[in-house]
Amino acid sequence: MHKISRKNEENELLIEVEELSGQNLYGCFQCGTCSAGCPFAEEMDLSPDTIIRYVILGRAEVLDSKTLWLCASCFTCAERCPRDLNLTKIMEALRVLLLRKKKDHTNVETCQTVVEHEKAIPQMALVSVFRKNTG
Amino acid sequence: MTEETIREAKQEVLGTITIYIMGKGYEVPSGLTIMSAIEYAGYKFVRSCGCRAGFCGACATVYRKETEHKLTFTLACQTLAEEGMYLVQLPFVPAAKSIYDLDKIELVGNTILEHYPEIARCVSCNTCTKSCPQDIEVMKYIQAALRGDAARCAQLSFDCIQCGLCAMRCPADIKHYHVAQMARRLYAKFLAPKTPQLDVRNKELEDGKFDKELDRYEKLDKKELVALYKARDHEEGDSS
Amino acid sequence: MGQSGKSEQKPKAAITYYPGCTMKTSATNYERTALAVAKNLGIELNELDDWNCCGVVATLAKDDLMHQLAPIRNLRRLQEKGEDKVLVLCDMCYNTLRQSEQFIQDNPDKLATINAFFDQEGPYKGGVKVIHFLQYLRDEYTFEKLKKKVEVKLKGLKVVPYYGCMLLRPKGCAIDDQEEPRVLKDLMETLGAEVVDSPYKIECCGSYNTVEQKELVAKRTYRIVKAARDQGGELIVLSCPLCRFNLDERSRLAQEMYPDFVPLPVMYYTQLMALAMNLDPDMLGLEKHYVDPRPLLKKKGFLHTDAAETEMSD
Repeated sequence: MHKISRKNEENELLIEVEELSGQNLYGCFQCGTCSAGCPFAEEMDLSPDTIIRYVILGRAEVLDSKTLWLCASCFTCAERCPRDLNLTKIMEALRVLLLRKKKDHTNVETCQTVVEHEKAIPQMALVSVFRKNTG
Repeated sequence: MTEETIREAKQEVLGTITIYIMGKGYEVPSGLTIMSAIEYAGYKFVRSCGCRAGFCGACATVYRKETEHKLTFTLACQTLAEEGMYLVQLPFVPAAKSIYDLDKIELVGNTILEHYPEIARCVSCNTCTKSCPQDIEVMKYIQAALRGDAARCAQLSFDCIQCGLCAMRCPADIKHYHVAQMARRLYAKFLAPKTPQLDVRNKELEDGKFDKELDRYEKLDKKELVALYKARDHEEGDSS
Repeated sequence: MGQSGKSEQKPKAAITYYPGCTMKTSATNYERTALAVAKNLGIELNELDDWNCCGVVATLAKDDLMHQLAPIRNLRRLQEKGEDKVLVLCDMCYNTLRQSEQFIQDNPDKLATINAFFDQEGPYKGGVKVIHFLQYLRDEYTFEKLKKKVEVKLKGLKVVPYYGCMLLRPKGCAIDDQEEPRVLKDLMETLGAEVVDSPYKIECCGSYNTVEQKELVAKRTYRIVKAARDQGGELIVLSCPLCRFNLDERSRLAQEMYPDFVPLPVMYYTQLMALAMNLDPDMLGLEKHYVDPRPLLKKKGFLHTDAAETEMSD
């Protein structure tokens, strides 16, 4: 079991996430407000507050969760957090960690670029999904 | 004597410079193009060499001058070799090309994006523009392609010789020159104004209007052809 | 209109406009109506001459500078042209440009690095204000002035404002109250429409998940649109091209997934403004939408089958 302590230098995952996001994950007191407002919470395997918990506990399986890639970066969690934690940045940090290991989440070649009838999937949808899901 | 002085003296007195081909140093006369300098050093080009006139894009070269840290990109046949150049030739860029049938394709806003979705990954870093030996505004034409403006992409990319240097350096893995070629083809097919005179001439050819003349020329021998050529209509001062 | 001659003598307000890629492709109707509305109000929108895709989403990793290049490049260009503000139509472009400007203000050391990268282009010093068209209309043009330009009151049209995320979050970008915004409500009431509130008005439409998880987005579409209809709404009004796509085009998929689902037409606020200001109905571009708003608009008397004059409805 990991000892939950500010001096836990062994938790590399936490250190990296805090560095990339600029957020103090220990500030979270697990109120669940973020998950309550998250538009995709019910599709996620790990809810946003659980993600934070896992990172603090050093549980690396958090990197395999679907949650990171369901996040729509809507900032609802960040704006409602009573501890002023920017969860959107924390989610981004976890994605970026994986993308920088050359693990793209979206395959640029096979992802759908057209809608059958109109051939007009907006540019912005493609640009943003590639930005979030590819390195 | 400083190194600088030695170098300058060598250039002035002997007329030679030192260049490095794949890390190995050679003394070559100054005043040669990179391509000629490499050949002077004893190498024979079986790839990375083509028209020798700055038009085919085969001799893409990356170099760094000894006194600099920047990498520069150019064509070997168009640039003079300079003292302290560390040279690398890029004979081939394995960029993927989208296969399409121009007769079956239609031009809508997303056509180019459909075939080259990676253009949506452009981060506007401008590395491609900095890599272009033809001074083309590469990033601008990719941005035009991204927003469905095939005409602008075609116009901006007109001077492209497909050397591939842009694609090699792009962090988003865009194949700029293939994207631009598609834009130019789409422009020519769908957007460029058609010349009615071309249709007229084509019909004349098909109707056999020029058959007699062509037959006549085919039957002439070389001496007669040369005589005809020399006697052709041309402006004064134009050497035959 | 009382002050005769005064509005003609006043110089036209001119502002540089940043379109973004989608305005030139799937949201041409939004751009066209916005430009027409602006012209009618005496606002000159001059498109920035040399712009690139802003990146659509702000990069949130602390050390990521590469993905800041795209939005900052636009801000730099604006400053180079002597502009200190820019007007934006697309919500996501607005948010990204605004967040980048904030990033610059908060991180002068990182700005120095980026400027070192812009060695051939010239540096950016920060300070360009990014304004959304809705903000401009509310704060600089004002809705009181706009009321005088309304020729056809959209009376009896039950409109549901939908905001989505990007105009309200994060706080630095918010143009209105984050939990109870009212700018679209006020605008619609200025146009004479009846505003119906919806509990989902600030919920995310699903954004870019529409590319790879379209069923999940269709689920949100179902929920958001159904709530709007259940509240008594007839039409959804919004300001973002991606929201439009998700609430309108994805209704097609939602209909396949939920047999009881009846979609609602979705329009941009500029299209409704153009209607209310009695501008040329042929340029509205409503045929680009999946759920056709025209039958509803015709039924309410705002759109006629022939482009003949519309009488002032009271």
